Amino acid sequence: MTLLVRNILNLRSSPSSIICRKQIYTTPRLASDMLLVHRDTRENNAKIPFQFTEANMKRIQAIVQNYPEGSQVSAISMAMDIVQRQIGWIPISAMHKVAELLSMPRMRVYEWATFYTMCKRTYRGKFNVKVCKTLPCMLRGSDIIIQAVVDATGCPVGGLSEDRMFGVDLVECQGACANAPVVVIDDDYYEDLTVCDVYNIIQTLKCGNIPPCGPQSGRFAAEPGCGLTSLLTCPPPPGYCIQEALLQNTPGGDDCNKK
Amino acid sequence: MAGVLARVIQRTKPQLGIIGPLVSVGNSNVAVVRFQSANAAPQSKQRGSPLSDCDRIFTNLYGRHDWRLKAAMARGDWYMTKEILLKGNDWIVNELKVSGLRGRGGAGFPTGMKWSFMQKPSDGRPKYLVVNADEGEPGTCKDREIMRHDPHKLIEGCLIAGRAIGAIAAYIYIRGEFYNEASNLQVAIAEAYQAGLIGKNACGSGYDFDVFVHRGAGAYICGEETALIESIEGKQGKPRLKPPFPADIGLFGCPTTVNNVETIACSPTICRRGGAWFSSFGRVRNHGTKLFNISGHVNTPCTVEEEMSIPLKELIERHAGGVIGGWDNLLAIIPGGSSTPLIPKSVCETVLMDFDDLVAAQTALGTAAIIVMDKSTDIVKAIARLIMFYKHESCGQCTPCREGVSWMNKIIYRMVDGNASPKEIDMLWEISKQIEGHTICALGDGAAWPVQGLIRHFRPELERRMAAYASANGPSKAERLY
Repeated sequence: MTLLVRNILNLRSSPSSIICRKQIYTTPRLASDMLLVHRDTRENNAKIPFQFTEANMKRIQAIVQNYPEGSQVSAISMAMDIVQRQIGWIPISAMHKVAELLSMPRMRVYEWATFYTMCKRTYRGKFNVKVCKTLPCMLRGSDIIIQAVVDATGCPVGGLSEDRMFGVDLVECQGACANAPVVVIDDDYYEDLTVCDVYNIIQTLKCGNIPPCGPQSGRFAAEPGCGLTSLLTCPPPPGYCIQEALLQNTPGGDDCNKK
Repeated sequence: MAGVLARVIQRTKPQLGIIGPLVSVGNSNVAVVRFQSANAAPQSKQRGSPLSDCDRIFTNLYGRHDWRLKAAMARGDWYMTKEILLKGNDWIVNELKVSGLRGRGGAGFPTGMKWSFMQKPSDGRPKYLVVNADEGEPGTCKDREIMRHDPHKLIEGCLIAGRAIGAIAAYIYIRGEFYNEASNLQVAIAEAYQAGLIGKNACGSGYDFDVFVHRGAGAYICGEETALIESIEGKQGKPRLKPPFPADIGLFGCPTTVNNVETIACSPTICRRGGAWFSSFGRVRNHGTKLFNISGHVNTPCTVEEEMSIPLKELIERHAGGVIGGWDNLLAIIPGGSSTPLIPKSVCETVLMDFDDLVAAQTALGTAAIIVMDKSTDIVKAIARLIMFYKHESCGQCTPCREGVSWMNKIIYRMVDGNASPKEIDMLWEISKQIEGHTICALGDGAAWPVQGLIRHFRPELERRMAAYASANGPSKAERLY
């Protein structure tokens, strides 16, 4: 399907083609809607060797132990994540290595890699900046944030910046909606953003520092912005209001029901 | 996907063939009929009221205290867990049944009943507990707060739930994006192992139980329970046909129960303070406390724990600082995460935040993620954005969802500009009805309902846009075609 759309778009760009006068409705493409097939390139082909580091081999072996015998395939998500942490993205040779390591067919690894959006099959920059654009963030102004991120990094959506430092992606809900708008840089969430915060964060990264993550508006987590409305008192002590049935065999325990 | 609703809540008309004689089909809202017929217990409470701090379960929701073991124990976690375990599985399941806790992941299935399905005599296969922490429903961010600020509640809950269903291990499937949350959870698990609270002879009760964390890789569909199981097994997260249900054949071919994080994290407190305490909150069949996420156009978006059945308006005014520009500036609210149909301001005035009252308002509680939209919102674009989300997240297994959601996406994006024919509104409605109920999992339903909600309440707005477009640009292409 993606290929088809691409071909049509190619045709549209050629001036002699008759199709260029036809209106074709396509939905905007997401950066994660990458081509689902692999094309050999100089950076990404099966001949480039890939090896896990020794520490990472140990990690994978430990993770395989989490699953029952014969279900080592379950460790694929962690193995792929480790590849990504080791070299920043997942070339096809790394997929072959994972398949060999977990004794599964290569096809199963390809299937896995094309299904999950966090699996980066191309290099996405030293810092992968993921801007959430789903409804709760959109309502809090993610469109402006997207523009600010693009301007600050000098990197178009779905592309790489010239120095290959930033790769900007648009992503779907990141699960921090009470702190919208959200930008995720690698593993860290930057929440409650304004345009100014975006410029500050990107500038700090450019200077080689990692800015503190979390809400940028001064609040700690997902509490109301101007003062707490709940959880104002200290948490009750252990055994608070514990039910009678549990106390029958054991003496002691604070029981508020008796008061 | 954690919040996609079970089809139990709303059924499409053509599917009523089987139960048709039992219910009055003339009513478009079948769920209401069903609930009324089951309405045996009298309604003791008319509405929920604000909780006092001592009745809140998640006492460290905002991370103002330490999340590690020592501080968690000082807040009452892991207190008398051994005694709870020694009471046995029947006692725990009974407490949960008395509490009236309904699953907090969106479908609202009674948890006690779900656990009792697992109490069949063992056939030699091990049983597993799977905790669904793949929180991806737009609007929902409650499980994240539990995992990063109160991980020990979740781990203790895993142990108690595991004891109740006789599981040998729990797998916590956490979405891949939550890296820092997963690290907190992993540290907490290590602490619990070191303290002998889980692992061999957990809490000294003679019961062996392991807890593992499995990180996902960014697929909303993996919040569907069978897709989640597939994903843990190292495959593409594509939902399985049911039956067999996970309680028969689930993770690694063994009986499995899948529960939401909040459901599991509630259970230790319910066991300690008693099911009767929990059921004293909320209206009948909607008992307990609930984490509400309030996002969108409110002055102070937040996550807050409140009693079920609290009026929506009170919740927003009390905790979220009210709608931006005042209550009169409100346009519509999506009350339960992106999968639920929106409700206009007139309904928001009176509706209560619980399962039954929201179903009566032709929407659903879902994950209780409230997305508020004020009058500055382009409502068509907002819903279009949601449909684009579903188009992106459809796993592509069932044709109605894979193709239908793409069609809806195309049509609705034209409607944003008004470049469509008024006839297409009915066509869009028809497509959404063709998707709903014709797919393996509920993602198709979740994609169809927001569109239905839009057409139900904002049809005049759609027609106004089309008229404006036609007067500015002449009849749209669709108008000429149809």
